[in-house]
Amino acid sequence: MEFRVFNLGLVDFKKAWEFQKQVFKKAKNNYLNAALILCRHHPVITFGRQARRENIKVTLSELEKRGIQFYEIERGGDVTYHGPGQLIAYPVFNLNYFKKDIHLFLRQLEESAINFLSAFAIKGDRRKGSTGVWIKRKKVASIGIAIRNWITFHGMSINIKKDDLDNFRLIRPCGMDIEMTSLETILGNNIEIEEINELFIGKFKKILLIPH
Amino acid sequence: MTKVVLPELGEGIEKATVSYWYFKEGEKVNEKDDLVELTTDKATFNLPSPSTGVLLEIFIHEGDAANVSEVLAVIE
Repeated sequence: MEFRVFNLGLVDFKKAWEFQKQVFKKAKNNYLNAALILCRHHPVITFGRQARRENIKVTLSELEKRGIQFYEIERGGDVTYHGPGQLIAYPVFNLNYFKKDIHLFLRQLEESAINFLSAFAIKGDRRKGSTGVWIKRKKVASIGIAIRNWITFHGMSINIKKDDLDNFRLIRPCGMDIEMTSLETILGNNIEIEEINELFIGKFKKILLIPH
Repeated sequence: MTKVVLPELGEGIEKATVSYWYFKEGEKVNEKDDLVELTTDKATFNLPSPSTGVLLEIFIHEGDAANVSEVLAVIE
């Protein structure tokens, strides 16, 4: 099982998107079976395939004025926000070497986030019909993936920093009127994302790296 | 004539929604070309063309759902 982890640090969404495509090609050509790309983004709003324009509450020029980038992308789901206060995980998995089960893969991503939160004594939950991870009534992790030839890309973002939640107010996240929360908000103390990446990688590997 | 069929996508997945046809009816397609993109839950996925030929007829259009094993289109 050839598994690689890449940590891109703080990068523009577009750079990480292009990097995912490079790793995707490696997976397609069987240079690796699975990879996990970790990063944080400069503020960006992305539009998934099921997104509706009315779920962005401001104009695109207003986003530009605020320094927020905007991309329409090929992942599933509606609109979301990414920023420097999130742990972002893009798994590139060739599911031909795992289980070819789309919903199972989504549930495994949720499970990795739930196990990660439990390391902080936080109980994360699933909501039937609303993919992602929730803490009580607030969402902490958002998921949207694309699969081409049974190889996955895009992935999951987990809100970590409490001061990077305001931009969610510019959208209806995932097309819903919901509140977002973060790990720092729940814990009430400061967390450096780069210091918790390894913890996440460990939880992720335990759940996702199970060959079929 | 080759049928383009929605394959098994995993346990408990009965349906998927067509989000995008890469070709129009009457256009030539090559085997393994991306033919159609579908969505289920928070995932999009593609179906490659099963054969080379002309996309004769699309039965399930963008925005409509199909059941697993249902014929989405035919190629001749």
